[in-house]
Amino acid sequence: MTFDLVFMLQDVLPKLILAIPLSLFLVASSGVIGNILAVPVALARISHNPLLWMPAYGFILLMRGTPLLIQIYLIYYGLGQVFGGITIGDQRLMQVLPFLKYGLWYAIFALAINTAGYSGEILRGAILAVPHGEIEAGKAFGMSKWKIFRRITLPRAVRICLPAMSTETILLLKATSLASTVTVYEVLGTAQFIRQQSFRVYETLIGAALVYILLVFVLTRLLNWLERYLNKDRERPVSVPLAQTAKP
Amino acid sequence: MEPRSLWSLMAYGDTGYGDEFLRGAFLTIQLSVCSYIVAFVLGLLGAGAKLSGNKILYRIGDLYTTLVRAVPELLLIILIFYAGGSAIKALLLNIGLVGEDFQVNAFAAVVVALGLIYGAYLTDVLRGAIQAIPKGQTEAARAYGMHAPMRFRRIIFPQMIRFAIPGMGNQWLNITKDSSLVSVVGAFELVSAAKSAASQTKEYLFFYSVGAACFLMLTIVSMIVLQHVERRASRGVRRA
Repeated sequence: MTFDLVFMLQDVLPKLILAIPLSLFLVASSGVIGNILAVPVALARISHNPLLWMPAYGFILLMRGTPLLIQIYLIYYGLGQVFGGITIGDQRLMQVLPFLKYGLWYAIFALAINTAGYSGEILRGAILAVPHGEIEAGKAFGMSKWKIFRRITLPRAVRICLPAMSTETILLLKATSLASTVTVYEVLGTAQFIRQQSFRVYETLIGAALVYILLVFVLTRLLNWLERYLNKDRERPVSVPLAQTAKP
Repeated sequence: MEPRSLWSLMAYGDTGYGDEFLRGAFLTIQLSVCSYIVAFVLGLLGAGAKLSGNKILYRIGDLYTTLVRAVPELLLIILIFYAGGSAIKALLLNIGLVGEDFQVNAFAAVVVALGLIYGAYLTDVLRGAIQAIPKGQTEAARAYGMHAPMRFRRIIFPQMIRFAIPGMGNQWLNITKDSSLVSVVGAFELVSAAKSAASQTKEYLFFYSVGAACFLMLTIVSMIVLQHVERRASRGVRRA
């Protein structure tokens, strides 16, 4: 087996680069939906009402206790089976709503609820870590419960769990590669497609690995910047050498 | 279909898929255990390399963990499965141990793939655990005149394990879940069993739910066992 660098640079990488937007779209859409869903999950998990915390606990356990791959299969094939059996009038549901045929929406849905499970657990810890005094201060100002949550607890919690969320986002980027198993041609899906057509394993897969390394590198930088930007108050004050402050 | 007829699909034997699932579950556990052993050995080597103080060894260890962390597990499994298989074959051919018609065992190839991935994660877990051991411990062992292997066996390893257990437990839970990814390159484990049963009967929802339930049980049992192990490992430690 030989490694054809020219083939990789000329035929593989351009196609993979064209697939990057789809991978990023998967990260962005499922990340946004999943993290929004994570808020009610975390709140329900914290609640003392068994009707709330028990389902939330079960949901988190289910999302974190089963492989993402089987979740994607369950949603893509399972929902596909359900939708396939539904007929509206004399037409099939898939004919009325043709977008239901695409694996992409199922992949986004699966990645989003998976993220909601993982992020919900992280957010729960962060909400519990918000200093009590700040919530008391909100109460002293006469804020309503909802206002305290919106203005104090949630923003504080988000900042507390930001490092963990960055890690989660990188993991989500890597997890989007699983969408390739349900006919989504993102970076890995495209690489697999070229591999099956050209019978070249190394050029295609190493090319995809390079693309992912690049994406992770850029995303890490971006998230680090975001973390610094949102935590400006935590920055250490610029230390001034003693010699400058001391009066002569 | 009625629920009763669905459950009859899980019958043991020729009429149902109960035995296929059982074999799949057994193979998932087997695959996870084998890969975890490979990963643990690699993790020890990686942690040793990163802590050796030797610049070149550190670079190699660092490159290993960084690369594995940046590339999706699924991609690595496919790559190592195909590349690793032919590499092992070429190696064995060159040594002259095997003939031209030799085929690398597919199970061994996926064990190597999963082991290589989790070796990187365990490298950092074990490195952190070794660093958590107070320096005075190794210094005391040195003062007693213990040589390096003995220091490792008697002082570092037992203390390291206690610090490493939470992280190692997490990686165990992850490896059992990620072992499902090898179903993309071949039929070895639970997801493959669910896949073939589902595509033969068109009962996707049912069979993937059963597969997910099997994994959930594995996770819950692992969590309970890990809790006990954690408690037992820190039985000699005074709690604050």
